[in-house]
Amino acid sequence: MNSLFTPLSWSDSGLILTGIWNTIIISVVAIVVGTVLGLIVGFLRAESNKAVNVLFGSVLDVLRSVPLIIQLILFSTFVGAMGNPLAPFVAGSIVLSLYTMAFMSEVFRSGFESVSPSMQIAARSLGMTKWQTIYHIRLPIGLRAVFPSWLGVSLSVIKDSALVSVIGYMELLRTSEQLISRTQQPLEILIGVGIFYFIISYPLSHYGRYVERKMAI
Amino acid sequence: MISVQNVHKSFGDLEVLKGVSLDVEKGEVVSVIGGSGSGKSTLLYCINAIETINSGKILVDGVDVHAKETNKDKLRQKLGMVFQQWNSFPHMTVLENAALAPRIVKKMSRDEAMEIAKKELEHVGLGDKLDVYPTKMSGGQQQRLAIARALAMKPDYMLLDEVTSALDPELVGEVLDTLRLLAEEGMTMICVTHEMGFARDVSDRVAYFHQGVIAEIGEARQVITDPQNPLTQKFLSKVR
Repeated sequence: MNSLFTPLSWSDSGLILTGIWNTIIISVVAIVVGTVLGLIVGFLRAESNKAVNVLFGSVLDVLRSVPLIIQLILFSTFVGAMGNPLAPFVAGSIVLSLYTMAFMSEVFRSGFESVSPSMQIAARSLGMTKWQTIYHIRLPIGLRAVFPSWLGVSLSVIKDSALVSVIGYMELLRTSEQLISRTQQPLEILIGVGIFYFIISYPLSHYGRYVERKMAI
Repeated sequence: MISVQNVHKSFGDLEVLKGVSLDVEKGEVVSVIGGSGSGKSTLLYCINAIETINSGKILVDGVDVHAKETNKDKLRQKLGMVFQQWNSFPHMTVLENAALAPRIVKKMSRDEAMEIAKKELEHVGLGDKLDVYPTKMSGGQQQRLAIARALAMKPDYMLLDEVTSALDPELVGEVLDTLRLLAEEGMTMICVTHEMGFARDVSDRVAYFHQGVIAEIGEARQVITDPQNPLTQKFLSKVR
């Protein structure tokens, strides 16, 4: 008699690889989009007056303070209720990117603010325009200063991407849950998934420390 | 020629320049001395259009520095400036520091900019440090880099804002020697300084600032060794 449950087998590797691939894709999208938006918002915040900052700041505070899982469910339910539901990948990418942006913008803001006004005056005194000063002085010095924080945010985004499973995106955690319900082998599978996140994150943070030392100024 | 004409400048309620006039001819070295808060650094910032002025006029080679239509970035190419803090760009080597502005502001080719930067670095005695990162150097070396960086733009004037004040005492000499060299080569300079010996020996004229006005100005040796204004006498007796 056939059992209701079938053990883990090599034929499951396709599903697992899909999960891994989807996790990587959504993480990369969120990190890239979040970094670009974060750079822009961070720069605007470093440049802006108080009123603009309060406005920006409160939106970012909401994004940072509400748990990601709640943002994901609220957003996907809301757009679904509006009548045109988004694919889980699209909805997940939007929420995760904005969430990443909220953290990245603070990282970059502190980077821009770490470049002293007197450094900028020195650059301007050489005849550089405002934008030349931003591009050649503020940006490279500020980015170097915050590289470790940037990497930290990026690594946590990779791990946070597991939460996108709640809205039905077939990333690694979700595919594993499916396998678990079929195989009833949660221990093996979850340990495997844990190891995957570790082998992605650990070399990255190691590499980050290396780059940090190289860029040390 | 730099011509400062009856300039007033306030920060909020505080008036730091109360009608300052000063003409500096091509080839002349003028040292500006005075207590802190007397407005002497502010004057340099106003000449370089880093600060605006409230009234009066500043002309550099006949161009009104603070006129709306004046291109300030263009104007600053004529006016090399060195600050109390050397502000080396920490992410670039010494050579790149000095070559950056010629390359991006004057649009020189990379090789051309490097050539000029190298020449100016040798000029200030940093020829053996070209590929070093500035944070690995002493304050005196970084300040000489700042001077070379300004010189690489081939300025007509140099504005020096207390360039030795933040240095350890044993490093002051090398920077002053560099400035002395520039003076001998005929560079036009306005030096805000606390180094009375330097002011006396290197400059043509010395101006004593007191509470936002020039209280005394005259031939360098005379102002330092035989000041006429009682305020200058009092100041000099305190700094000696």
